[in-house]
Amino acid sequence: MTKTSTLPRGERNSATPGRRRAHPPRKSSGLPVWSIPYVLLIPGLVVIAALLLYPLVQMVTISFQKVGLVQISGRRPAEWLGWENYTGIFDNDIFWSSLRNTVLFAVVAVPLTLILGTAVGVLLHRLGSKMSLFVIIGIMFAWAVPPVAQGVIWRWLFDAEAGIINWALNLLPDWLSSALFGRADWTGEPWLNDTWSIYMVLTICVVWAGFPFIAVSVLAGLKGIPAELYEAARVDGSTPWRTFRKITFPLLKPVFAVLTVLSIIWDFKVFSQLYVLAGTNNREAFNLSMYAVTEAFKAPPKMGSGAAIAVVLTIILLIVTAAYIRQMFKQEEL
Amino acid sequence: MSPLARRRLTKAALNTTGVLVFLVATFPVYWMVSTAFKTNDQIFTTDFIPFPTQFTFEHISRVLTDGVAGHSIWLYLRNSAIVALGTVLIGAVFALLSATAVARFRFKGRVPFLALLLVVQMIPAEALVIPLFLSVRRLGLYDQLLGLIVTQVALTLPFGIWMLRTFVAAVPKSLEEAAWIDGASRFTTFWKVLFPLVAPGLVATSIFSFITAWNELIMSLYLISDPTKYTMPVALQYFFGQKGTDWGAIMASSTMMTLPVVIFFLFVQRRMVSGLVAGAVKG
Repeated sequence: MTKTSTLPRGERNSATPGRRRAHPPRKSSGLPVWSIPYVLLIPGLVVIAALLLYPLVQMVTISFQKVGLVQISGRRPAEWLGWENYTGIFDNDIFWSSLRNTVLFAVVAVPLTLILGTAVGVLLHRLGSKMSLFVIIGIMFAWAVPPVAQGVIWRWLFDAEAGIINWALNLLPDWLSSALFGRADWTGEPWLNDTWSIYMVLTICVVWAGFPFIAVSVLAGLKGIPAELYEAARVDGSTPWRTFRKITFPLLKPVFAVLTVLSIIWDFKVFSQLYVLAGTNNREAFNLSMYAVTEAFKAPPKMGSGAAIAVVLTIILLIVTAAYIRQMFKQEEL
Repeated sequence: MSPLARRRLTKAALNTTGVLVFLVATFPVYWMVSTAFKTNDQIFTTDFIPFPTQFTFEHISRVLTDGVAGHSIWLYLRNSAIVALGTVLIGAVFALLSATAVARFRFKGRVPFLALLLVVQMIPAEALVIPLFLSVRRLGLYDQLLGLIVTQVALTLPFGIWMLRTFVAAVPKSLEEAAWIDGASRFTTFWKVLFPLVAPGLVATSIFSFITAWNELIMSLYLISDPTKYTMPVALQYFFGQKGTDWGAIMASSTMMTLPVVIFFLFVQRRMVSGLVAGAVKG
């Protein structure tokens, strides 16, 4: 983990003189040396520019235009609307409930995923090697399930009629169930009708699928911490919690920073699972991602206001990203 | 309590927690697979039936023959495979060229390019799908798997370059220089020295792109309207019918969709983590 950290920097300093000496007269492609990296970059740059940056610019443009059926078919050019799409969505209750759903979901799901993942990562580190491998293989199943299938699985588990969750809740003794939830009979409880319970199921689904990645990353980080530090902490009689706070956490801070931002980004734009769990008809349960595409591709399509919502979402994500990129560049060894 | 007894107790507690984590992680997956092999009587019940005691292939064979709207699930698995493999083949070549450039050369614009790679990864697909839909239509690629492949290359390439560059950087430069001194051309050096050593990393990166393209829903949902061109994630939605959900069929299909991903995951799990958090873990 730490072994290679200073190498690239040293290499950079020595590369130029060292290279000049090593180069024999080249029977090369005829390209000047300085141009080679640029030539290699061309295909990648073209793809990024044409399929990511250009659409990004286009998205912003469209958000100020009216793009409906006639404009899509090319019979009429896009109409310039100014801020109308934006004022339109800001006036819409669905926008605000989508924004609330997006932010609240991330605020709950991100810490839950991180805490559970870290706990499992620490657990994996303390388990024997066979047991650790066993658990890693287990959590990899949850991690590997495609997002659409995750949604399908949890929709099935929370099914009103034949779902296993309702069956399990019915197993609770009546007094306990009544004391906890104010009800004893869970048969036919429709979990996926109401926004709050949809998001509860979505949270469980996303945390379930997301914690394995955190756990394995934390484990990778933990393996790089010298064992002597823990040895010393043990000799000094440190409690496990204190050891975590004073040794593990500070040393793994950069890992946690990246994991946090990645989780925020993933959870802010969660789509597939929500699409399966809530469908496109339940507008109350939209998040910004769902709202943007359903608005853009509804009948008749309103690409302009869809794009405006997408712009809002992208701005939120880019603000979060700024922290991530700064973190990456602090590493200084790109 | 003696220290030995306490250590045993701690170990037992840790192992129990480990088994518990294993169960929580695998049970939902197990439940999907076991539902796929249960008869409808055993699926639509309020009882808990842990194992499919009346084991049946009825759902598997039904989705393979009738499938969605008369099209066998094979068609959708095939479409998904075409899109994912196409994405990987194009993406791998592009990613390798770019990764070699940023890992092997110091040039003006290198750091901005790396920053760009990070920034574009944050652009949500939900935002891109609107302008891409318009472009794809204009280019006549709407309703074409090729159109999907092109968009998937774009979605997977930045991360592919980002991940692959660490593998290229890990190959000692001295090997190439030795080949050079022996008079090998740039191309020979690349093909005979660098490429074989980077190949494992290229496989890992490719599998990652494959999984991303295989799982992708949004682009497939809005760039394809012809039912015979649906990919698996889209086709799966059609079992949530008006008349109620055909859980046996949906579990059979999602099991078949999940299987290749799980197999690939077992191959690349470790590399994927090192790629994603590379910058941080190394610091």
